[in-house]
Amino acid sequence: MTEQNTKTITPKANRATLRGRPELYTEYARDQALLNTASKKLWTGVLVAFTLLLPFLLGRDLVGLLTLVFIYAIGGIGLNLVTGYAGQVSLGHAFFVGLGAYTSMFFGGAPSMTLRGLELDMLIWLPMAGIVPMLVGLLVAPLAARVRGLYLAILTLGLVFVGEHLFREARTITGGPQVGRRGAIPEVLGFNFYENQEILGFALRREQIFYFFCFALLVVMGVLARNLARSRMGRAFAAVRDRDIAAEVMGVPLLRTKVIAFGVSSFYAGIAGGLLPVAVGAINPERFNLLFSVEFLAIILIGGVATISGSIIGAAFIVLLPRLVQVTAPYLPLIGEVVSVEIAQRMLFGALIVVFLVLEPRGIYGMWLRMRNYWKAWPFSY
Amino acid sequence: MLAMENLEVVYEDVILVLKGISLSVPEGSIVALLGANGAGKTTVLRAITGLLDVHRGKITKGTITLDGKPIHHMDAPATVAAGIGQVMEGRRTFTEFTVDENLRIGAHTADRGTVEANLDRIYTLFPRLAERRKQVAGYLSGGEQQMCVIGRALMAEPRYLLLDEPSLGLAPLIVQQIRDLIVAINEQGTSVLLVEQNANMALAIASHGYVLETGKVVMDKPAAVLREDDDVREFYLGLREEGAASFRDVKHYKRRKRWLS
Repeated sequence: MTEQNTKTITPKANRATLRGRPELYTEYARDQALLNTASKKLWTGVLVAFTLLLPFLLGRDLVGLLTLVFIYAIGGIGLNLVTGYAGQVSLGHAFFVGLGAYTSMFFGGAPSMTLRGLELDMLIWLPMAGIVPMLVGLLVAPLAARVRGLYLAILTLGLVFVGEHLFREARTITGGPQVGRRGAIPEVLGFNFYENQEILGFALRREQIFYFFCFALLVVMGVLARNLARSRMGRAFAAVRDRDIAAEVMGVPLLRTKVIAFGVSSFYAGIAGGLLPVAVGAINPERFNLLFSVEFLAIILIGGVATISGSIIGAAFIVLLPRLVQVTAPYLPLIGEVVSVEIAQRMLFGALIVVFLVLEPRGIYGMWLRMRNYWKAWPFSY
Repeated sequence: MLAMENLEVVYEDVILVLKGISLSVPEGSIVALLGANGAGKTTVLRAITGLLDVHRGKITKGTITLDGKPIHHMDAPATVAAGIGQVMEGRRTFTEFTVDENLRIGAHTADRGTVEANLDRIYTLFPRLAERRKQVAGYLSGGEQQMCVIGRALMAEPRYLLLDEPSLGLAPLIVQQIRDLIVAINEQGTSVLLVEQNANMALAIASHGYVLETGKVVMDKPAAVLREDDDVREFYLGLREEGAASFRDVKHYKRRKRWLS
């Protein structure tokens, strides 16, 4: 069917044409829709329902772990926007996450003899946790936009070290090394998201409430990111990634596009940073080191570069993997005797990054994509 | 003889690009491989020189043989050592090397003793390159770069040279020069498989031609016959008799093909 033909079919006038052909799109909007096929709609619904049901089925620690998955996923989406979509390798993600964490603690944390905190509402500190890193990101971006590839990686690497030093020394905000600080208080207009509450007659534990909160936030931010990615700006990101000079010739302003990518990415990182200390209780400034950045890179590499769902899969993988190793360790040879569980976790982590880079650069999401396309294309038409 | 039998290539496990192609390049000949964009011409060359895995492609069926020995499992360096040289599409010079260094890189698999003699041969074949010997390759003009990469491939003394669109983006006069050079190279004993959009130029010098269409060989005839074929004249040479354009007669070899199979 030629393009002209598809254009003239209107959905109303030609129901018969469309019947039994779920992937025949008659409008660009429907082709671009987030859930463009019936099976996608169905399975997304099932997945969301299952996720909402999970905290009632699992124990406290697992619910907390899944909450951590959501938070890492938000940070992962941020890195994927700048690295996956816009193609600007950033090793400095930990810095922005840390900045978000300490902004949240400053605005929302409880003050003490040695610590400063304003005890503001989450309605203020959570947006601030995103905005402050975003502003810093916007400041750094013009520098970063001047360099490419390896040089950019080194430049952003520098950020991590600057950040580590700052976080260590700014004791009145961060608590200082080895001491750390508790997360901000997640209270919105008197409702605390990290306290046991009774809602509509249901007694909910604080882990469950925070789980729902983080999940809702992930859904909102994930959909926003998907929308950004399929918008004009998202296409500009991808154009800059694929061939920056060609993009410039097409009228995409390189500097502005890269700066926006960094800004949005840092915003996501900051939000993840604001929630992270709440979920883990307290956090040391040493946490925001190079390894933390690498963890985020691993999330997008293993999950899938330039896919939002991939970031979420990758986050689940990275957060749950140590637990999986821990649980299975007693049944595996060598682990526990020759190498400790912790070392086994790290080795597996490194090995997985290598394996994915070599075998499936598009990550777990790419594997799924390949499987789907295979079944779509099979058998071949000769 | 470089030959392929019923070759099938699949990219990403999903996209079937070559649907059973058989062609052969006899020793000492020039064979033209024609076809529209996306017909699979470049894939044929990639399959021969073992470059498919870079593009996540795989040979799923068929064989490629060099003088009867299968070579379709070899990687790219091994095929070069076996005597097949490829000139890739779009002038891939090592831009920061001088012309001389570019050519010497081409002799990577050759014996050390042959390098000087081969350099001499290339510089006599391409006098323009001799003039620019010490210049950085990235600063050469398009035609000179094309000569440079052809020369580079010849440094390994290939018995079979695969040329992917050597006329791409060159002025008609330079295209003529390149054409004459291909003939000269062939006369020096190198067989050539010439992949071209410029059918006019390719059929002028080839002895045999294949026309590829969506992964299948639809015509396999001596170049002289192809030059006279109405379809080829119309679709590839752009020659059409005035008023004879009835679309009922369009591409009748396709219909013929259907009757046969």
